[in-house]
Amino acid sequence: MIRQTDRNFKFDWITIIIFLLLVGFGWLNILSASHSGETIEYLDFSKSYGKQLLFILLTFVLIVMILSIEAKFYERFASIIYLASMLSLAGLFIFGKNVNGATSWYGIGGMTFQPSEFAKAATALAVAKYLSDLQTDIKTFKGQLQAFAILVVPAILILLQNDAGSTLVYGSFIFVFYREGLPHQYLTLLISTVVMSILSLKFGGVVASIIAITLILTYHFTRKKKPVLIKSLLAILACTILSFGVQFFYENVLKAHQKDRISLWLRLEKDPDKIAEMRRDILYNLYESEKAIRSGGLSGRGFLEGTRTTGKFVPEQHTDYIFSTVGEEWGFMGTVTVVILFVLLLLRVLHLAELQKSQFSRVYGYSVASIIFFHFLINIGMVMGLIPTIGIPLPFFSYGGSSLWGFTILLFIFIKLDSNRINEW
Amino acid sequence: MRQFLLFFLIVATGITFVSRLFYLQVLNSSTHNLYEDNAIRKVFDYPKRGFVYDRNGELLVANQPSYDVMIIPREVKPLDTLEFCSLLKITKEQFIKTYDKAYHYSPRLPSVFVAHLSKEDYAVLQEKMRKFEGFYIQKRLLRDYQTSIGANVLGFIAEVNPGQIEKNPYYKMGDLIGKQGVELSYEEELRGVKGIKFIQKDRFNRDIGPYKDGKFDTLPKQGKDITITIDAALQEYGEILMQNKHGGIVAIEPSTGEILTLISAPTYNPNLLVGRKRSRNYTQLYNDTINRPLIDRSLQRMHEPGSPFKTLIALAALQEHAIVPEGTVTCTGAYHYGGRRPMGCHCGGGSRDLTRGIAKSCNSYFANAFRKTIGKYNDASHAMDVWSDHIKSFGLGNFLGYDLPIGQPGNIPNGAYYDKWYPDFKWGATTIISNSIGQGEVLVTPIQLANMTAAIANRGFYYTPHIIKDIENQEIDPKYKEIHHTTIDKKYFEPVIQGLNDVYNYGTASFLKVPGIEICGKTGTAENFAKVEGERVQLTDHGIFIAFAPKDDPKIAIAVFVENGYYGARWAGRIASLMIEKYIKGEVTLKQMEKMVLEKSLEEEYAKPYAGKPFTINDGAKVQGLHLKADNDQTN
Repeated sequence: MIRQTDRNFKFDWITIIIFLLLVGFGWLNILSASHSGETIEYLDFSKSYGKQLLFILLTFVLIVMILSIEAKFYERFASIIYLASMLSLAGLFIFGKNVNGATSWYGIGGMTFQPSEFAKAATALAVAKYLSDLQTDIKTFKGQLQAFAILVVPAILILLQNDAGSTLVYGSFIFVFYREGLPHQYLTLLISTVVMSILSLKFGGVVASIIAITLILTYHFTRKKKPVLIKSLLAILACTILSFGVQFFYENVLKAHQKDRISLWLRLEKDPDKIAEMRRDILYNLYESEKAIRSGGLSGRGFLEGTRTTGKFVPEQHTDYIFSTVGEEWGFMGTVTVVILFVLLLLRVLHLAELQKSQFSRVYGYSVASIIFFHFLINIGMVMGLIPTIGIPLPFFSYGGSSLWGFTILLFIFIKLDSNRINEW
Repeated sequence: MRQFLLFFLIVATGITFVSRLFYLQVLNSSTHNLYEDNAIRKVFDYPKRGFVYDRNGELLVANQPSYDVMIIPREVKPLDTLEFCSLLKITKEQFIKTYDKAYHYSPRLPSVFVAHLSKEDYAVLQEKMRKFEGFYIQKRLLRDYQTSIGANVLGFIAEVNPGQIEKNPYYKMGDLIGKQGVELSYEEELRGVKGIKFIQKDRFNRDIGPYKDGKFDTLPKQGKDITITIDAALQEYGEILMQNKHGGIVAIEPSTGEILTLISAPTYNPNLLVGRKRSRNYTQLYNDTINRPLIDRSLQRMHEPGSPFKTLIALAALQEHAIVPEGTVTCTGAYHYGGRRPMGCHCGGGSRDLTRGIAKSCNSYFANAFRKTIGKYNDASHAMDVWSDHIKSFGLGNFLGYDLPIGQPGNIPNGAYYDKWYPDFKWGATTIISNSIGQGEVLVTPIQLANMTAAIANRGFYYTPHIIKDIENQEIDPKYKEIHHTTIDKKYFEPVIQGLNDVYNYGTASFLKVPGIEICGKTGTAENFAKVEGERVQLTDHGIFIAFAPKDDPKIAIAVFVENGYYGARWAGRIASLMIEKYIKGEVTLKQMEKMVLEKSLEEEYAKPYAGKPFTINDGAKVQGLHLKADNDQTN
């Protein structure tokens, strides 16, 4: 009997407390951002803060459910959960509801439901399941191909729904694969592709190619053990094609608003008037969110005191730009607290993942950390203007039931898996 | 190694974010100022500007509503320009030009599109205003002058300039501020305090509601009404007398220091500087370099005091025991000193004691008195300092400290002044003898002369002249109730005042008597040199007159300065007598004298040097080149 009681409470409370802090502080900021001076009715569901409160309350029901299901269930049913999730994504093409140009929602009554927020957890389960299979070897090309295929399915489905931001999230699984033995060439390839793309956009294809050729030839001739000439030549060819390809892609494939975001980020536009105009029109959100963060100063303007927040100067402030509310109303103290909470959460999850006995749990934990890290990096980086605008929510913080539940499921499945490890002792 | 990649990235990202936040929020933070926050709209509620009354309760300055058409360029929607222009009575070109200017200033902030609509235009426009998005009408209060006099005293209000906004953050672009006269001196009392409402805007620039439920909003504080010391009737009468003449009149009530009139001629109608035509009229007045109506001659015109200064020479000499009232000097028609060219005298010659010396304005008598005062000490420089202190105790030689924004210090030389002038050789009383007859280096303004007269009338003290009589619910500055004693004992004033009285009895102003009023006065004339086209030419003398009355209980002390008015009694003296009669009796019985003054125009006199022809001065006297003569005091 005693053992039984212990089992139920052997969860990692550190993670749970950080989670509660983030959700609670997030809600306060949503209240600020969606409230415009009227009396606060906590359960007024016509207001974002009222709805979010309901979502949070329902989250606890969800948590109890997740934690009471047997840990083995997640491993056993991973493939089925993944399949169901993919079907729900595919179903959007028939039943989807278009919001802001993206067909990412199901409309049920007055509520909307975004399956892509749940697909992350499903994909993480599938990846964990696949990698923990004894027959899988990520070091082989076949293994790599199959592993990537698990990601490509949801990525393409989401991209086709016109939600480029959520698609990029699947890139974060590279960290998981790498941890599990993906050859480092993939990482090298990824990094050099990103660097080459930036170089060719910033300085033009010719300059980028020359830089690449110089580097490759220097590498080729300075190595004691001569690399194969044909490999070096192929690398040169690939770099050259890539640098001009990127330019072509930028000019002809990207949409105007995407081009402008990159152009501003890399400071490609030289005409100051044009830049000013772009900042005002395209990067209006960023411009306003940066201003809001700045106006916070060291200790902030105080809860519900931010004029830019109250005036809704930052569009989408309660969703993707919620961090600017923290900046304006809570100042440096508040923003640093949020950053530290996220870093602590991520490190804790990472640490727990490494402690897992079963590979399934470890891979899953790694996926959780990677996905949340990616959101954290992109969202806060974007709100502060460090990264080009990519619209993805800040986990546990941004307004939205699907997003909150998606991340809660993602995290608490891991907490459940982790508790199982503790219980096994 | 593989385990640490993500770990390392997470920590690096955390550090990067914290540094960036530190840069944005701590190093580069924009400190919040409610006034500069463009998420908050500021709506000002302008209070009524205080009224101005004269000493008898006559309303001089009130307010009138004015309507400005404002524009917020970004909010302008396509409109029927033709109709709009015809409603505003402007051309399409003007419309485009003003629109571009407003857009250039700021597309988001309101600019004045057309200022000061008439009530009729406003009535018509108001009904159609909703058709023109991006435009709105703002009501403002302009001054409404109930009188055409006293422009130099009342001053005017106009929009603040950027310099003033920087100095005093109370003022915002487009606010009105006192620029001259009492409007400037009592700006804070008159303007009140504007109220402000903070309104939260959203990103589409729409009002959401009051910021913080109006916690920071303030109500306007009404401007205070003020009463000034001016007697409007006397001011008006003086302005009429000064028509066609240039100069200034200052009258002071000796028992209080209150300024009864402050006249500068030529002047202008204060209504010229109100409303839509203000700027054009102002430029016109500013560019009138011959009449210079914007110069306040009563406060700013520095001139040699001439013979009225002899009263102070006598008082200083008496105080220093350099002379006694009974002592006589025999005037031979000239005063000989130091082997130099004698100083002429026109008093008629004979034995002069103090009283007769003043009455006849005998140059010899005062040259002697001055010489004895300076000669009393071995060191001329020290003697001059002593003398200078006596003179300055009458409020001369420095700013008087009155409550009007402009003025001049005048000049009363002291020892150091001449030590600097004559560094190499010793100077003495005879070197600077011109001072004894109010010439030389002595300079005064009409208000200083009037104050000096008040101090004599009071037998040795004065109150700082002031224009403010009463402020609604507020005490006036206590410094105007402080007595300033001169350094001269009271007993020395009687013989001098008797002399001033005798000026009217049998002296230089005997033909200016006012029946029933015992007036004490002193005539004066000052040589007049001007630069015309780079050359120094002598023009007709300036006429000066000081007076107070009645002799034993002075109600008014007055100084009159008439440019090119020739000898003091001629116009300045007549004007002084008329003003005194008008003030004390409330009416003028000297109709003949009044008619003479009213009909006399000196315009011809002022035009002479610009006519380009040879001319005569002082009624026919030929100008003898550019000679300097010390004996200019022709008739007094």
